[in-house]
Amino acid sequence: MPFDLLSDLVTDYTVRTVALGAMALGAASGALGSFAVLRRQSLLGDAISHAALPGIVLAFMITGTKSTLPLLIGAALAGWLATLFVIAVVRTTRLPEDSALGIVLSVFFGAGLVLLTNVQRREDASQAGLTTFLFGQAATLLERDVWIIIGLGGFAVLVLLLGWKEFKLLAFDPEFAGSIGFPVRALDVLLVSVLVIAIVVGLQTVGVVLMSAMVVAPAAAARQWTDRLGTMVLIAAIFGAGAGLVGATASGLAAGVPTGPAIVLSATAIVVVSLLLAPRRGLIWNAARQARGRRALRTDTVLTDLFALGEQHRGQTHGHAATLIAALGPTRGAVGPALVQLASRGLAEQLDDQSWLITSDGNAEARRILRHRLATDPDGVPLVEDEDR
Amino acid sequence: MSDSSQPRDSVRRSAGHAATNGAERAGAAGPAGTAGAAATMADAHARDRLGATRAGLSVQASDAAHTDGPSAIEVNDLTVAYREQPVLWDVDLTVPNGVLMAIVGPNGAGKTTMIKAILGLVKPAAGQVLVFGRPYAEQRKLVGYVPQRGSVDWDFPTSVLDVVMMGRYGALGWFRRPGARERALAITALEHVGMQDFADRQISQLSGGQQQRVFLARALVQDARIYIMDEPFQGVDAKTERAIVDVLQDLRARGRTVVAVHHALQTVPEYFDWVALLNVRRIAAGPVAEVFTDENLRRTYGGRVPFLDGTAPA
Repeated sequence: MPFDLLSDLVTDYTVRTVALGAMALGAASGALGSFAVLRRQSLLGDAISHAALPGIVLAFMITGTKSTLPLLIGAALAGWLATLFVIAVVRTTRLPEDSALGIVLSVFFGAGLVLLTNVQRREDASQAGLTTFLFGQAATLLERDVWIIIGLGGFAVLVLLLGWKEFKLLAFDPEFAGSIGFPVRALDVLLVSVLVIAIVVGLQTVGVVLMSAMVVAPAAAARQWTDRLGTMVLIAAIFGAGAGLVGATASGLAAGVPTGPAIVLSATAIVVVSLLLAPRRGLIWNAARQARGRRALRTDTVLTDLFALGEQHRGQTHGHAATLIAALGPTRGAVGPALVQLASRGLAEQLDDQSWLITSDGNAEARRILRHRLATDPDGVPLVEDEDR
Repeated sequence: MSDSSQPRDSVRRSAGHAATNGAERAGAAGPAGTAGAAATMADAHARDRLGATRAGLSVQASDAAHTDGPSAIEVNDLTVAYREQPVLWDVDLTVPNGVLMAIVGPNGAGKTTMIKAILGLVKPAAGQVLVFGRPYAEQRKLVGYVPQRGSVDWDFPTSVLDVVMMGRYGALGWFRRPGARERALAITALEHVGMQDFADRQISQLSGGQQQRVFLARALVQDARIYIMDEPFQGVDAKTERAIVDVLQDLRARGRTVVAVHHALQTVPEYFDWVALLNVRRIAAGPVAEVFTDENLRRTYGGRVPFLDGTAPA
């Protein structure tokens, strides 16, 4: 089976075409989506893709054909119009941006569905297939469509690379960009326009409902793995292309599975893995770091408890039972491992009667910890008498 | 209204005229008289500074041509409104060349709006702003900007050095990427604020004070004549505070002008030599010694001055 898939990919013309198109759209939406995510405009991608639907149907009604380019132009115009609506609503009313996005998204998408239903009621069968724009159907991709995806997606990425410095500044600090003379609004409109292009080229394959996931998912996953913008955009493009390849191929092999959900599920898998495993930002990494911190704190507490017991029984050299130490603090069951760890660091020793005693190194370390706590304690209550005085 | 527009006229007129003007109105409007005298001082001060910087070797010929104006910044009749609510009302302000000026005032007094209007970031309902006698749009390269630290997302995937190099983007213009020269300038600026060891750090790993110093370094690489800063001392550690003060002193020594929104009233006389008191309207502006009085502060803060009441703001 995996061998079949591989050989299909190399030899089967349709599978190859579909995979290539899906990779190209994934790469473009991943690259442009990085900026959308960093500028907290993830919802904008959703609005653009949903708003494209009436544009697609209207373009079909006007031209009477289902050839890709007119439909994409219709989609782009509608998506772009929706974006301008959002910007206008935010600037002229008191509505916050998310409300504006919600309104524009639902109004445009609703209009699109009404138009679609109307068109479907017609007698002639030429409209058959328009509904694939809802959830995407890569099988409908022709070689010419793939070239359109590569051409338009490549153009969007090229614009991004040309204005890299300006877009980066716009994304990080638009106010500063304005202060040094860059036309912030024009740059904003330009960046959103190429995002619109990157979104509409994916609509035929992924569909209007799920396309926004291709804007957000690869970028969100890529952010986990790097702290550099250039690397992030590159990784997002690779993730997007990978999700497109896997999803389109899987959809092509299992007849009846729409391509959009298959591609988006692949992208989601990448996001889940990235959220869990990425170094420094991943959940597992964070959990491990927190556990390390808790362990260190527990060990320190046991050491200072031992120190306090030693101070109370000054001059005596008998040890203290682990159960007694456990009763002193909130550490409870973890006292045993903490004592063993202290022993391995030479800060405490276990006597023959199984009781525990702090060493002189341990005393010095405990004093250091307590002094540090004193220095950082907001109340400044002395926890230990200063021996230096 | 006439009170607030009067001092501006005084600045424009000769020193003698302004003094007369101030004396005439002294009986009727005491504070305005003080402001008039302050404005006279401003004029003299400005001339001193101009003379000093012209003599300095650091000023290039082309620079001098653009910095010939009567004062570094001149704000005339500035009114800014957000949704019909005036934030600044008919404000006049003259910033002489070479001073360190603090803008103080209560929350909502329009301090940030004021500097954004100077920088052309908000559109005024009325009035004009001149930088060395010309509109800001023509003089951008002479002005450096340190925004509020909280105005950006510090989790943005970029390095300290990258952020500082953004200060050169204006000089680079469209499409040209920063290169070795920009890198060198950025490192020098980072050394200036004691952050050279952090050049390759991801910016999310910085403390608040370090973030502030990065923004300061970004403005320094702009190599501007005027620096506009929005609360540079807000919530910074002692080390950063010292670093910023050192930079301010150095800028003054080099004849640069600084306008900074400032919150901690008790440090105004120590860090700044000029002050503008603002509360929607301009209450007073001039040398700290003349203008930073209990009475002016009470007028600015509406009688509740945390500083004067002995409970200093944090």
